[in-house]
Amino acid sequence: MNWPQFWQYTAANALLGIVPAVVGLAISVPLGIACVRWRWLYGPVLSATSVIYAIPSLALFVVLIPSTGLGNLTVIIPLTLFSLCVLVPNVVDGLRSVPEPVRQAATAMGFGTVRRLVRVELPLAVPIVIAGLRVAVVSSISLASVSTLIGVASLGYFFIDGLQRDFSEEIYAAIVAVIVLALGCDLILVLARRLLTPWSRKQGGRATINAEGGQLLQEQAI
Amino acid sequence: MSFFSFAWNWLNSASQWQGANGIPIRVGQHLYYTGLALLVAALIALPIGVLIGHYGRGGFIAVNLANVWRAIPTLGLLILMVKLLGFSYLTWLIPLVVLAIPPILVNAFEGVASVDRDLKDAARGMGMTDQQILRKVEIPVALPLIMLGLRTAAIFVVATATIAAVIGFGVGGLGRYILDGLATNNYGEVAGGAALVVVLALLVQFAFVGLRRLVVPAPLRDLARADS
Repeated sequence: MNWPQFWQYTAANALLGIVPAVVGLAISVPLGIACVRWRWLYGPVLSATSVIYAIPSLALFVVLIPSTGLGNLTVIIPLTLFSLCVLVPNVVDGLRSVPEPVRQAATAMGFGTVRRLVRVELPLAVPIVIAGLRVAVVSSISLASVSTLIGVASLGYFFIDGLQRDFSEEIYAAIVAVIVLALGCDLILVLARRLLTPWSRKQGGRATINAEGGQLLQEQAI
Repeated sequence: MSFFSFAWNWLNSASQWQGANGIPIRVGQHLYYTGLALLVAALIALPIGVLIGHYGRGGFIAVNLANVWRAIPTLGLLILMVKLLGFSYLTWLIPLVVLAIPPILVNAFEGVASVDRDLKDAARGMGMTDQQILRKVEIPVALPLIMLGLRTAAIFVVATATIAAVIGFGVGGLGRYILDGLATNNYGEVAGGAALVVVLALLVQFAFVGLRRLVVPAPLRDLARADS
């Protein structure tokens, strides 16, 4: 087992998984806010993301090869698009989950639209947004391993290499590494949610399960 | 040349549409992998999800387990199956079933668990037994979410059946074109194969929209839309 190479590809896989989720979040928050603000926008946006989401990642990698070559970008762009499909609905649901009395109270306290959004609505949307982010990051880390089929380095390399060299340990190690990497990111996000929403710890778990359970519907295939 | 012109040129040459490796045969294989995997996954996941939802126990564990489950890289699992099982049909079936289980299970669970309490109490008040409540109230009301889970799973599987071709040795499906094309630097074949998978995935998505209209009672349809 070539460990330096293994760690290097683990890092590459982490990068290919995490960057799309972060970029996806950066796109989804303004897009989600816009969809809440202008309701007519949400339908078309939702249709567009769910059409993209039906496209296999391998096919989308292939579509991009003529424009972006065989580099990281060819993998990151499709995974980012897929993450939108999970994140945009979650941002919208999160913002819509803010109770109307809370919104009115903020207005009554003299908050303008922007300040209310930043100080009240977005913080209250955090649990649902993070539930979506968990799905996005776990799926893209797992999916990034497919990039090996178009020759972009990731842990998937060891699947194919292990098969060709008849070396099962390599396959096991790479599968475990993908899962550990994904669950590590998942754990960080769970901790981030606890830090960002200290008030939610006192409430029962049911609402959180619902938010996360609902999001398991939205995964992405290979 | 762009992706589309590559795909278009490849799809337009008549030789792709005939013979044992022709497009119709490959599409048929692809749909066969998808259908069988979906059927097996539904037979496993639907009863479990419905029962967990009905009895209200184990939901937390199921949802978190599904989260771990989702992290399993399908490509890695597929290749592991090649090593362990060789070239049997289980080699492609197991990874695809594993992929399809979480969305079906979690949606069935959420659907049944979120049935309004008052509705169940009313059914009990009408003298329904526990089983009747499950069959006549909970499952029909949960149908929008159950169908959503099946649709999500179907889209995963139709898209992921592409990589089944990694197995080689007689395993076809549309992924064959993509992988063969990549191996021989024939980008036209790669693009054509990718285009076919995309079209097939979209057709499956539309088929499920139609199926839902058939299966889900009209008053419940809007509920699912809010969720999807």
